[in-house]
Amino acid sequence: MDYAFLLQVLDSTIRLSTPLLLACLAGLFSERSGIIDIGLEGKMLIAAFFSAAIAYSTGSVWMGLLAGIVSAMLLSAVHGLASITFHGNQLISGVALNFLASGLTVLIAQDWFGQGGRTPALLSGGRFSELTLPLAETLRPVPILGPLYAEVISGHSILVYVAFAMVPLTWWILYRTRFGLRLRAVGEAPEAVDTAGVSVAGLRYAAIAIAGVLCGLAGAYLATGLQAGFVREMSAGRGYIALAALIFAKWRPWYALYACLLFGFLQALSLRPDIVEAVLTVSVPVQLLDALPYILTVIILAGFIGKAIPPRAGGDPYIKER
Amino acid sequence: MDKMPAWADAVLVPLFSILIAAFLSALVILAIGENPITAFMAMVDGALMKSTGWGYTLYYATNFIFTGLAVAVAFHARMFNIGGEGQAMLGGLGVALVCLYIPFPHWSVSLIFTIAAAGLFGAAWALIPGYLQAKRGSHIVITTIMFNFIAAALLNYVLVNLLKPTGAMEPATASFPAATHLPTFFDMFASDGNPLFRGSPANVSFFVAVLACILVWLLIWRTKLGYEIRAFGHSETGARYAGIPNVRITVIAMLISGALAGMMALNTTQGEAERLVLNAPEGAGFIGIAVALMGRSHPLGVFLAALLFGFLYQGVAELAFWNNIPRELGMVIQALVILFTGALDNMVRMPLEKLFLAFGRDKA
Repeated sequence: MDYAFLLQVLDSTIRLSTPLLLACLAGLFSERSGIIDIGLEGKMLIAAFFSAAIAYSTGSVWMGLLAGIVSAMLLSAVHGLASITFHGNQLISGVALNFLASGLTVLIAQDWFGQGGRTPALLSGGRFSELTLPLAETLRPVPILGPLYAEVISGHSILVYVAFAMVPLTWWILYRTRFGLRLRAVGEAPEAVDTAGVSVAGLRYAAIAIAGVLCGLAGAYLATGLQAGFVREMSAGRGYIALAALIFAKWRPWYALYACLLFGFLQALSLRPDIVEAVLTVSVPVQLLDALPYILTVIILAGFIGKAIPPRAGGDPYIKER
Repeated sequence: MDKMPAWADAVLVPLFSILIAAFLSALVILAIGENPITAFMAMVDGALMKSTGWGYTLYYATNFIFTGLAVAVAFHARMFNIGGEGQAMLGGLGVALVCLYIPFPHWSVSLIFTIAAAGLFGAAWALIPGYLQAKRGSHIVITTIMFNFIAAALLNYVLVNLLKPTGAMEPATASFPAATHLPTFFDMFASDGNPLFRGSPANVSFFVAVLACILVWLLIWRTKLGYEIRAFGHSETGARYAGIPNVRITVIAMLISGALAGMMALNTTQGEAERLVLNAPEGAGFIGIAVALMGRSHPLGVFLAALLFGFLYQGVAELAFWNNIPRELGMVIQALVILFTGALDNMVRMPLEKLFLAFGRDKA
């Protein structure tokens, strides 16, 4: 395999990691506050649809992005209503929201556009264009690093850079702000936070609102960055891979980045089985590459490579004693 | 203090939850420009007014009985088995291997073997998540989700690389030999003058599903093991002090759950398709969650809820066939049912409790 091939794979790794990373950070905020979020997939899907639909009808990708974020936040609000206000089962709520998103997106798409559950293909104004970073062409002749900069780091849509910037931002919010401290506390010991006079419900709603925004970005990137329009089930299990990455990262932001890059790399490889075969000199079934993120997560969960300990209060509704 | 009588909690709460879900579904139908009442009448007409419609309704219901029972048994041990889909896929693989490689003299003999194979393969796929939950504390929900994806990849590999007949394009096995074909309701109940259930896929595995309901009821409420499963579900520590081995109960409950989910393949793979195709369960594993929630994890409730969802599925299919409504409407309704009966149940329960408290005080 030559260097150009490697750069191609790395370039698609970045593209494919982006939605995983955004969804994974969404899950991180939510689960660190003690709300388990199976519904990342559904939020991403509904955001993908509304961002494509609104971007198509207004011709503005930014309006699309806004619509995507709002729709994902609405699903977050329902999740919050079920799991915070009404002390319901968070897992079941998440599962239901995933179904709701799968069904509603196709139903509305058929009603609005009549194209069998998809949106019309987006033209250039309805998509995020690819940014060329400064000096990308000037530096290209530099050996090794030049092409790396021009091919892999430069030339992505703005949402990719937003996603990667979210990692240090998330770290800073979680570990360097008062809000972050409280957020982590409410996921471990909500009764202590309550005793300190801080609203448990308020913090948790804030956390899932952030999760909604991030899932909205992830979905918008799928439909208006990675592809040009919405097709049914286009999230294709990415929400679950993000969940897997979150466990892999043991609920920490920087590790989430590494886990998402790894899983994105595996996805990129499964698109190019010929490369894998050339490098390993044996034929690897593409299905194995597809399943590898899930298999790795089960191994991590089993505690064979360090133990993954979730936030202690995750999944339990907080009921204030009278 | 009892806030409200048990019957109200068992009947009124799910009833009101369903009504809210139905109301919102009607709003969704209205929003896409159709009349909810005529849509409902079309569903009833297509699913219940003809014997062929019933044949489809009962066919879908058979799937949902198996997956609903699977989720219900796990619920009794306070576990959420979301992996019915993957377990059903593996059950299908078991059925396919038995049907393809053992020469059977008669379908009744093959059915015994396929029940065993579907159960074993389904149970095997639930074994690792169950064991990891019991021994290593890895959350069953996450591991079973992961196993659904691993099952899909595994089945894809097996069908494409191993079981696909040479020269075929589609990733599916060869058709099963005629001796393994299960009799359909048409074969059993139709006469020359009265062609009942013509062209519909309901088959003898419906009766296996009914039998499974009875056996699960006996297991949960009439055996020591069932008592242990329920005790474990009520209180893990309580069960441990009573000498009930936690690890064993967790694993056994998951094995039974997986076996039930796997047996769904009798209906789809052996009964209807008569060969193994990719994604044979078609989401029935997930509908099992809605069925178990609505049926309150009781076999009778599961049976009735499965019938309701069978009706819903067939009705929506008819609706999609005649009108411009996508089949995904069924998924929206299913999602609303899961949401309101499973996650937002307190939204109904809390006001009801207040109501009962107010009236109870008046009487006292």
